[in-house]
Amino acid sequence: MSEHAATSPSSVPADNGHFIELRGVRKAFGAQEVLRGIDLSLRHGETLCIIGPSGEGKTVLMKHIIGLIQPDSGDVIVGGIRVNGLREREMAPIRRKVSMLFQGAALFDNLTVAENVAFPLWERGLRDRSEIDRRVREALSAVDLTEHSHKYPTNLSGGMRKRTGIARAIIDHSECILYDEPNSGLDPIGSDIIDRMIQRMQRRFGVTSIIVTHDMRSIGKIADRVAMLYRGVLHFLGSPAELERCADPIVQNFIHGRSDTAA
Amino acid sequence: MLAWSRLECVGPLDLSAACRCLGAGMVAWWGFLILMPQIGNPLALPGRVMLHFLVYLGQLAALCRELWTALCSGVWRLRLVAQQIVAIGYGSQGVVIVTGAFTGAVFTFQTYAKFKDFGVETTVGAVVSVALCRELGPVLAGLMVAGRVGAAMAADIGTMKVTEQVDALRVMGVHPVDYLVLPRFLAMMISMPFLVAESISFGLAASYAVSTLGYEMPSAWYVTHMLEHTNMQDLSIGMIKGFVFGIIITLISCHQGLMAENGAVGVGAGTTRAVVISSLVMLIVNFFLSVLLNYIFPIGTA
Repeated sequence: MSEHAATSPSSVPADNGHFIELRGVRKAFGAQEVLRGIDLSLRHGETLCIIGPSGEGKTVLMKHIIGLIQPDSGDVIVGGIRVNGLREREMAPIRRKVSMLFQGAALFDNLTVAENVAFPLWERGLRDRSEIDRRVREALSAVDLTEHSHKYPTNLSGGMRKRTGIARAIIDHSECILYDEPNSGLDPIGSDIIDRMIQRMQRRFGVTSIIVTHDMRSIGKIADRVAMLYRGVLHFLGSPAELERCADPIVQNFIHGRSDTAA
Repeated sequence: MLAWSRLECVGPLDLSAACRCLGAGMVAWWGFLILMPQIGNPLALPGRVMLHFLVYLGQLAALCRELWTALCSGVWRLRLVAQQIVAIGYGSQGVVIVTGAFTGAVFTFQTYAKFKDFGVETTVGAVVSVALCRELGPVLAGLMVAGRVGAAMAADIGTMKVTEQVDALRVMGVHPVDYLVLPRFLAMMISMPFLVAESISFGLAASYAVSTLGYEMPSAWYVTHMLEHTNMQDLSIGMIKGFVFGIIITLISCHQGLMAENGAVGVGAGTTRAVVISSLVMLIVNFFLSVLLNYIFPIGTA
């Protein structure tokens, strides 16, 4: 474990200004222990990138934050509310604050692009059609999809689906957005559009962002901190500059794409 | 003693046969000892089946509780309910009409010949009418709707589950039962009694056509006997059964959809299970419902 490994935030008082806190989170699926005691905290407006080999539990960790998965032990606190132990119908206050982009975008097949993007507004009770249209146009223009608003998800490319998912995640101006591999399947220009949009969300609205990514170039542009998940624990936690300087061979091999540390 | 005496009756014991029996017995015993650890506790299998059944009932009960909460919330998403009524009610009419019509026709065709032997062929209308209202109409319409609508429900929701669309709903603060199950439930409640009524109506029309056109029975006899022996209670039983079958199909199919996992294979398996379980449960519940409803609305009181 590197010298930048995460310190235990369980000693941190609850009102320390952290928007998200994970304390000793453990999760196993059958005999496979995916998370083995994760301690992590994020301030308001901070952008954290989570990296690590595939299948190491990055998405699982993210789903804990929004209550899609409950931890076996440990605490997940979002906006001062303990998420674990809440019933599905009690999650509404958390989910008004946090939105998420899924790895496969998870668009509703029976709705058009515009209807998919408008869905969170409609479900939260907004009925002013002109206001909905204005915000949908704004969100779609942020991801460069205005011309495709009438199409159904099955008629979109993988990258366009991903960008529609991002438009849906940002439209409600949530306090926190979780992005599960936002750059995967995008060309370099599309990827840059997404990076700029994430930065803009942070600067204009102070949005807290957690991004699971394998795109090392994006990390340098958007991340305040980087966490590396390896074998169920946070192997590294620090700034992108510290990540570059980190001497740990596992970290170095991962960020430079060398495969000789599989063991 | 009795067994031994019987053996003695057979004749003196053949020693070589006795040795073969002993050898076979030892082989069986050793086989049992070797296989026993593989088989494990003989009660394990029935226990596991019972456990799975109890878990299944528990999941259905939890779904019912969530559905009740959704129903009481008053947020019914009437646009989705209307869409589902079109898909379920309007879309199933063809299937239900053909099923009802040909059931009525074949039932009349078969009973007429036998009734003629007894000289009571004019009562065919009465028998077919009561049978269609009380049993054949609701059961066959229910089975057809289970195949058409139940499968679609399980496949739609199952696909949404495995492609994370259900999780996306949850992330946006929308409970999947509120959005996916409640509109289908309400649409089925509204559609099923009408579909059953449609099935019965077309069954009777076909029966009338076979009797009067095929067997040249006077129309007045058919209609008179039918109206004499069929009343609102018979029709009510059909409607009530349709309503209950609608609940069964929706609960079982939506549950299979929400529990789907393992991609397309899981969705396919869930869809199959939805149709099979709905159909079987409907047939079993139909018996007990018939007993209960016959107690409330006794047959032959018209």
